Amino acid sequence: MLVKEQNQSQVKTARETEKIEITLLLEAIFLQYGYDFRNYSTAHIRRRIRRHLELSGMANISAMQHRLLTDRDFFQSLLYDLSINVTEMFRDPSFFLAVRNTVVPILATHPFIKVWHAGCASGEELYSMAILLKEEGLFSHLQLYGTDFNDMILSKAKEGIISTAAIQEYTKNYQQSGGRSSFADYYTARYERAIMAPELKEKILFANHNLVIDQVFGEMQMIVCRNVLIYFSRELQNRVIRLFYDSLCRGGILCLGSKESLHFSDLQDNFTAIAEKEQIYQKNY
Amino acid sequence: MARTKSHPHYSAIVIGVSFGGLQALQTILPPLPADFPVPIMVVQHHDPQADDFLARHLDSHCSLRVKVAAEKEKATAGTIYLAPPNYHLLIEDDHTFSLSYDEKVNYARPSIDVLFESGADVYGKKLIGVILTGANSDGSKGLRCIKQCGGIAVVQEPLSATAASMPEAAIAATQVDYITPLDQIGALLRTLLDTSSKSTSTADDNCDTI
Repeated sequence: MLVKEQNQSQVKTARETEKIEITLLLEAIFLQYGYDFRNYSTAHIRRRIRRHLELSGMANISAMQHRLLTDRDFFQSLLYDLSINVTEMFRDPSFFLAVRNTVVPILATHPFIKVWHAGCASGEELYSMAILLKEEGLFSHLQLYGTDFNDMILSKAKEGIISTAAIQEYTKNYQQSGGRSSFADYYTARYERAIMAPELKEKILFANHNLVIDQVFGEMQMIVCRNVLIYFSRELQNRVIRLFYDSLCRGGILCLGSKESLHFSDLQDNFTAIAEKEQIYQKNY
Repeated sequence: MARTKSHPHYSAIVIGVSFGGLQALQTILPPLPADFPVPIMVVQHHDPQADDFLARHLDSHCSLRVKVAAEKEKATAGTIYLAPPNYHLLIEDDHTFSLSYDEKVNYARPSIDVLFESGADVYGKKLIGVILTGANSDGSKGLRCIKQCGGIAVVQEPLSATAASMPEAAIAATQVDYITPLDQIGALLRTLLDTSSKSTSTADDNCDTI
């Protein structure tokens, strides 16, 4: 029993120590590279850092900290693991269906449409939006922007290459999202990879932008930022909502993830929900 | 700083369940009293596009409130929180929930391991982890984590499970405190939390205590 209790107190100490190590690691990343993860969900960051530690084979987080301070490539690989790279074509088909039915008529009233996907990762949802807006006849006066803080994932997005392993699922998503054509019209498959059609790529500009530290990106008719805010503290969420508010034209559209809402935000009265279940909001005129 | 009604030994219960979950949860949760002293968090594997049927269904059958956990919501006693379909559920140091759309873990999102590991970090030895019926091995790593932090591990007796592999994997992964038939897990939890009003000793008598 005594041994067990000793073990437990050691475990507790180890966990307390780990907390300190993580705080120091995030501080080191911020001071050396300017990326600020200090206001991210602690439980999420802890998971990611532990996973990276396991894969790196290093002894502890402090050793990782020392290495990343001097080794930019090592830092880049950690950065890749700290960002959210999970996405799919037409993820949440009901969201894209709501955009088709509810948002497109509003967008159609603008002479020129700028759409910003913030935190676009490898771009699947951005390419999905390009397909949708093309099918809805808005392509001629449209510019799409995709931003992420992670250059490695951005270059993947620029290539527009998707995995053919998931094509069947993507095709199903596309159909459920109200697709008017055949999903196969939008990519060319070769071996295990499929590349998005050039006409879609031409409509998209990719850029590095960090929601945590960067400013307004431009005046947009629609901003899409789904499943990004869930990783942020309330304080940081509020900052980002303010950034979106400032970047939207009057009557502009804000799309959040299905588990994200504006209810907590001090700016919620400046938006009107137009598809509540899908977390689609319109900035008030 | 005096916190009323907080339990001296335990702060939370986490439950992981997969195939056969509806029946298992229906057996365990409805008898728990409305003044149950700790929050209960549940990961039930289901279809990514499932709606909130399970929460509504259980809520109408339980004395405790049952709801889908919301991002940044604080876990409080008197409520059973279900992980939303297609999101991992994590608990933060301040006892609020975080959701994550990270990669699937053990082919599952939500994953039982993810909830259990974050719970072990936050609650340490004041956490009770429960693994119920299921046809995979999600949760066994998380249950081991709970044990390493000094918490209590409860596993449904595999013979009483619709699918035995998840309980069996959990039993193989760590030194489990209680291996208990489904119909007695509710009573065991009440005994551990001292809320069993009548037959306090039933659970202890019938459990394999390791």
